[in-house]
Amino acid sequence: MSGDQGWFAGLDPGDADAAAERVRSGEADAPADWPDRAVEADFAADAESYYDALREATRAAARVEVAASERADDKQLVHAVRSMDDCERTANELAERVAEWAGSLYDDAGTGVSYARDLAESDPDDPTERRLVSLAERVADLAEERDELRGFVERRAAEVAPNLSALAGPVLAARLIALAGDLESLAKQPSGTVQVLGAEDALFAHLRGRGPSPKHGVIFTHEYVRGTDPDERGSAARALAGKLSIAARVDHYSGDRKPELDAELDRRIERIRSRGDES
Amino acid sequence: MSLPDGVVRREFDGKDRLATRGTPVYGEPTDGDWRLWDARRSKLGAMLELGMDTGLSGGDRVLYLGAASGTTVSHVADVAGPTYAVEFASRPARDLLDAAADRDRLFPLVKDARKPETYAHIVESELDAVVQDVATSGQARVSTLNRQFLADDGRLVAAYKARSEDVTAEPADVFDDVLAELREEFEILETERLDPFHDDHLGVVATPK
Repeated sequence: MSGDQGWFAGLDPGDADAAAERVRSGEADAPADWPDRAVEADFAADAESYYDALREATRAAARVEVAASERADDKQLVHAVRSMDDCERTANELAERVAEWAGSLYDDAGTGVSYARDLAESDPDDPTERRLVSLAERVADLAEERDELRGFVERRAAEVAPNLSALAGPVLAARLIALAGDLESLAKQPSGTVQVLGAEDALFAHLRGRGPSPKHGVIFTHEYVRGTDPDERGSAARALAGKLSIAARVDHYSGDRKPELDAELDRRIERIRSRGDES
Repeated sequence: MSLPDGVVRREFDGKDRLATRGTPVYGEPTDGDWRLWDARRSKLGAMLELGMDTGLSGGDRVLYLGAASGTTVSHVADVAGPTYAVEFASRPARDLLDAAADRDRLFPLVKDARKPETYAHIVESELDAVVQDVATSGQARVSTLNRQFLADDGRLVAAYKARSEDVTAEPADVFDDVLAELREEFEILETERLDPFHDDHLGVVATPK
């Protein structure tokens, strides 16, 4: 399609697929009076029927865009890891409620998800206990769903982003992708941004002149940051973020596994940690 | 002040609020056929609420940039004629599709507002209005790039978000830069800060030079 033609040029008015494809991938140098041009070209009888055809074509094209993006595996991974975190948070919250309730009934009441799991196995004696045990069963179910989701995330992250998963661990890899929105966005971010993903509150406070610059965001959960001496943690976070963003780029643009990235990261962290020991 | 035909003030919960007539889209309060247009959820709604003269008169042909989930554009389509809704992110475009399902002159386009050549083969020329609410950097450039769709007496009705340009700068300085860039292509008719509905946003009505 050349630069001065509308989306309908040369189209069979009945060919919906071709029309949607034109809407998606066509281009023009400048707009024109397309309704008028379409009528002139006998594509439509009048402006109203032109708009009816345009409506069908734009809606079909938008449906294709939406479906394509929602099928992408990194999007599914993002849904899964967010669901995993939601299940965990909700299970903990309900477990606290169960513990508080149980504390009013039993002297030996415990706390946490594990106590709720024990309680879910017990036999209620009266209507009050029945409700409490039932609530504890929900906690146990949610905790089980979280474990299932974690397994799914671990398998899927290794497929979607093999290098990032190898360096960061699959769950952290999925979290980074979720924070960036998708793998493409993560791959396009500078490593300084990757370093502080998940620490946005601290970062913006710093940019407004309140507080120090954050050294790390969610990558703090990585052993290479958390397990490094606090004096050297900033360096470790910077080194890790650098390698993670390279890994994300390799995963997005080529998808091949590059084990040498792992070795490079290990050596960098070793050097940083030994520097800390000497001082 | 002049509200576009089809936008009215009605009483919701004892307060005078903006409303349009159409199928509800996002769970907004309704009164018969009328649906509340919440100025806190819509920059264009805030501009109307603040009494800005947007030049929209009802029945206009509109290009809407940054349609997101279709909250505002659904109200626009309730009162306008053909409405082209551009949204780059495919996730909110799903909700936009739902809003378009009940509005037969609302055309959803999953396109990048910074690349008008990718929709110039669809969006017609000589439009009455370009409504802009894109939260990316380079918002003034988006306006000038899309000037080509406007009629000579058409209106740019835009909300600029200071924090999308520079989170550390003073909003007033950011807005000065935005307006300077706009003046190369537009005559500025009216500006107004959108507080208290939207912090650090500037509403602008302009017409091509």
